[in-house]
Amino acid sequence: MTVAPLTDSRPTLAVWKFASCDGCQLSLLDCEDELLTLAGAVRFAHFTEMSRSTIPGPYDVSLVEGSICTPEDAERIKDVRANSRYLVTIGACATAGGIQGLKNFAAAGAYAGAVYAHPEYLRTLESSTPIAEHVAVDYELRGCPIDRGQLLEVLLAFLAGRRPVIAGHSVCQECKGRGTVCLLVSEGTACLGPVTRAGCGALCPATGRGCFGCFGPCEGANTSALATQLRETGTDEFEVARLFHTFNAWAPAFRDQFETSAALAAATSGREVRRDDGVGR
Amino acid sequence: MTTRHEASDGSTIEPGDVVVLHVQGLEELIASLIDAGFDTRGPSVRNGAIVPGALHGVTDLPKGVHDVQAPGRYRLEHSDDGQLFGWAVGPGSWKAEFFPPSQELWRASPAGDSMVFTEPAPDQRRLAIIGARPCEVAALSVLDRVLANGEHRDPRYVERRDANFVVVVECGRPGATCFCSSMGTGPGIDAGFDVALTEVDDSDGHRFVARPGTQRGADFLSRVTHEESTDRDRGARVAVLERAGVQMGRRLDTEGLASLLARNVEHPHWDEVAERCLSCANCTLVCPTCFCSDVRDTTDLAGDFHRRRTWSSCFDLDHSYLHGGPVRASVSSRYRQWMTHKLSTWWDQFDTSGCVGCGRCVTWCPVGIDITEEVRAIATSDGASRRDVPSVKGAP
Repeated sequence: MTVAPLTDSRPTLAVWKFASCDGCQLSLLDCEDELLTLAGAVRFAHFTEMSRSTIPGPYDVSLVEGSICTPEDAERIKDVRANSRYLVTIGACATAGGIQGLKNFAAAGAYAGAVYAHPEYLRTLESSTPIAEHVAVDYELRGCPIDRGQLLEVLLAFLAGRRPVIAGHSVCQECKGRGTVCLLVSEGTACLGPVTRAGCGALCPATGRGCFGCFGPCEGANTSALATQLRETGTDEFEVARLFHTFNAWAPAFRDQFETSAALAAATSGREVRRDDGVGR
Repeated sequence: MTTRHEASDGSTIEPGDVVVLHVQGLEELIASLIDAGFDTRGPSVRNGAIVPGALHGVTDLPKGVHDVQAPGRYRLEHSDDGQLFGWAVGPGSWKAEFFPPSQELWRASPAGDSMVFTEPAPDQRRLAIIGARPCEVAALSVLDRVLANGEHRDPRYVERRDANFVVVVECGRPGATCFCSSMGTGPGIDAGFDVALTEVDDSDGHRFVARPGTQRGADFLSRVTHEESTDRDRGARVAVLERAGVQMGRRLDTEGLASLLARNVEHPHWDEVAERCLSCANCTLVCPTCFCSDVRDTTDLAGDFHRRRTWSSCFDLDHSYLHGGPVRASVSSRYRQWMTHKLSTWWDQFDTSGCVGCGRCVTWCPVGIDITEEVRAIATSDGASRRDVPSVKGAP
């Protein structure tokens, strides 16, 4: 352990991992051009993907990646909160429960049994939940993974004491801004853009692929209106359910639409949603 | 027998004249605009739609391409007819050329005890738009009222528009969502252009009836191969416009429309629309006259400050955010704001309709909400109030 020199006035930054793939915190290392300048502005006090050298808290800003899936993590996040002036959650796991949130829809132990040879060695909670369900969060940055430009913007905003300039509107505004022709209208491609939060720069539609919904629901997402349109333009109801059942499955707007569509699909097909529909149980 | 003038024979055309160009003449017109230093842009096929793009010659035009439009639906069809302008407007409007989706307004750098402010260099590009439709020229004139002729001039918009050369092509094949004839903005046009063309393809052949609208338009036309027009040519133009009027897919009854909407702010139909509305802002972003923007300041790692303006939308919750929250929190209030501004309060503010009848908001709404239908729904139950219908969901 190193000791901070008394003369170092840089604000301290800590990065914490919970149940996650590390992709979001690696976005910080992906800021290659800005990383050294950033290191001049903040002190990386705890960032084990970058260095095993850490300094003790409290910290000015903590970035928290991952969801709460174990009893230990449910306690550990309280320590992180207690040691952080500002706590910012990053990514779909930390803000919505992540892909592991699919287990919230399944019978207890169903996923662990399908994945692990000896699930009896696991001690996990029955749900994967976002950090904000456990402790107070100062800012939530969405995305699977987060956008590194947005991450820098959030850090710069906290450094400057201003509000981050991060949009809450839909991906459609990003498509229109870059001149991408709407896939829903011009091809009938199923696309979650109209109900998904902007931030990725509308990457997928620009390559001809409908939006996957990586950034979760936008502000005021009207998922039922989009689901109605998808249905009317020929998307199977199981598929509609599946579209809402990915990285942000546990985000309330997506969760509600999945449950509605899954029930409708079951009622009209006479069978339940199966795992090979890509939707869980 | 018509008189043919070669590109260089020194014949003079005046505004008000009507001449005929063939494809070769159009090619020469594009080339002469390029030679004069214009950045020539026109319709191009990209990702399954006709959108503004670079235009270097006639071969770049969407030959034989037609569009099929419906609420929430757009498809292109390819034919072997030689029509170059056989389509109605696509999702991209010329607005973006003058009022870009995102632009830095200035940056400021700390320098000792003071700040140094820097504005981006002026835009030197002279833009020639080739193949704008009459509704689009009408839309630019609506935008001019807002961004150039109003109390608050946007200097960048003004500099781009001042240098702008417009070749309009009258509409011969309106789409199923078009209603320009209701709005008085098409399918023909009499002003607001340098050169107007009408594509004609009849027993006398494929040609363009051309009319200069300005002296510089006349000068450019004088320099390209053309013929004097005959009664048959001028009659053929009228026939194209008459046929277009008949084919117009939609209509909007504008009689008393502004006051109809003004007295129906509590109509239950706003809530019915909100059930279907995604509030995704597509209608406003494809609209050629919507001008709302968001101005934000950011900081960077070098310590500089940036002020940037980006397109915004009245459907964006943040757009009406004041201290304590958004003024228009419900979708019904946002849809109502958009439509009543476009068709009613725009008159109070800018002395014109904000809608030119291009139909983009109808086609490019992912769920196909149709402004002409929504107006009709309100008109047929004029005076209904959701205050009388306490069970309506979502009423504020």
